Amino acid sequence: MWNTLANVGWAVSAAFALWMLYDLFKIDSTYDEATLTSSREGEIEAVSEKHKV
Amino acid sequence: MAIAEYASHVPQKVSLSRVLGPAHVWALGVGIVLVGEYTGWNFAADKGGTLAALIICWVMGLLYTSVAMIDSEVTSTVAAAGGQYAQAKHIVGPLMAFNVALYLVFAYTMLEVSNSILVADTIKSYAGESFTAWHYNGIIATVIVVLAALNYRGVLMSLNVNFVITAVAYLAIIVLFFSVQPWSQGTVLKLGEMVTPQNALPYGWIGVVAAFHWGVWYYLGIEGTTQAAEEVRSPARSLPYGTMAGMITLLIGASLTWYICASLMPWQYLGITYFPLLDAGKLTGNKTLETMMFVATILAAVASANGCINDAARAWFSLGRDRYLPTWFSAVHPKYRTPYRSIVFLVPIAIAFAFVSNLGQAITFSILSGVLHYTFMSINIIMFRNKWPLGSIRRGYIHPFHPLPAIVLFMLCCVTYFAIFLGYGAQLTAMVVFYMVVSLWFHFYRYQYVKRGDQFTMPWPKPKGY
Repeated sequence: MWNTLANVGWAVSAAFALWMLYDLFKIDSTYDEATLTSSREGEIEAVSEKHKV
Repeated sequence: MAIAEYASHVPQKVSLSRVLGPAHVWALGVGIVLVGEYTGWNFAADKGGTLAALIICWVMGLLYTSVAMIDSEVTSTVAAAGGQYAQAKHIVGPLMAFNVALYLVFAYTMLEVSNSILVADTIKSYAGESFTAWHYNGIIATVIVVLAALNYRGVLMSLNVNFVITAVAYLAIIVLFFSVQPWSQGTVLKLGEMVTPQNALPYGWIGVVAAFHWGVWYYLGIEGTTQAAEEVRSPARSLPYGTMAGMITLLIGASLTWYICASLMPWQYLGITYFPLLDAGKLTGNKTLETMMFVATILAAVASANGCINDAARAWFSLGRDRYLPTWFSAVHPKYRTPYRSIVFLVPIAIAFAFVSNLGQAITFSILSGVLHYTFMSINIIMFRNKWPLGSIRRGYIHPFHPLPAIVLFMLCCVTYFAIFLGYGAQLTAMVVFYMVVSLWFHFYRYQYVKRGDQFTMPWPKPKGY
């Protein structure tokens, strides 16, 4: 049973790895780099935490 | 026309999703750590005996309570992905931040590696002779890749899963504890026979010091809660609450685990087994309990690996966002709102380490990076309180008895370095040399690409004395 599970595990791993790579390339080719890397640190602070004591 | 053309070029903002609550923070912290009760802590018994493992359980509890308190104060104020990396950047400086981020990535990646090896070892122990290296590696690959895909798909789903499997693994310890009738010593548990005045500390107090090395494993990773800072709805409330609740949960779990295992196994065996709680389940003679602990061991390891993938990817992502590494790593998935490139990038690295290293080596690398990181935290909080004294900025949580927790943390870290040096001196030296070399690379080469003004994002007043 465990051997079968491990063999199925290889197949499942390969499927998920391919899905991630496919999605990564799809996203990278659909959106421009500036959009994908537009996240900035401190946005929470700027929006909700004013740090006024 | 010109305005419309300009608008089409303005990038749409994509950032991490703020969807988590205190329960997710708890699931992240306890999920990463709980595997330490299922394996790892017991190697402390090999170093110093069963009583040393208990002393270390509580002394390390003190170290990690200090970590949790310090972390809660700083993170509830510096609420950004990257956790301690963002703290170091704002409070100490870029070089420290770069090193801290590497500590984080190494600690969590090697912990993820350890967890995948543990799952494979656990299954192998039941699978028999026909379970070859191909099957063993198949289990490792499944754990790492499937969990990476789960993390890729979204943080909410990933930590919901973690909450459920962590709770099940924790409940298994509680069920085992009550099943062995702890109120009736001699029925199942035989603490008086297993731990005697002659064998409680077989190597004396130097054995207790040596046991510090593996004692870290009781709680290693609770500080990982801070990596969720940018994805929780209310960082100032959720992070301290989730981290403290997690620490209380773990202190109880660690004490129960020691009591069960110490009462069922002699220290010579307890110190070398890879599966102390699973063995405890077997020793009760109850097949249901054994099966429950088998499943719980795997769930604990999976929960830990899941949390580690989450944390390592966020630390790596933060480095890219500040240009400490190529900005390519700072991309956020526009649909799933996760640092998808960082998640995918770390997958082959984890698999490569898991295929070539053994459990002891992987755990030691993780512990070393963790202790370096805790040493930084003790210095960091002193600088934080000096530069921005109470009242100068808003804090989500203020930890009591300052600077006592910082001093305790620093002293315990020094003892732990000595303990690691006793057992793994070569690895300790090699790792310190590695961090020195990459620090030189960062200082003389990489820092020229960093936009220096952009990396400091907190709207704080100037630090005191500047």
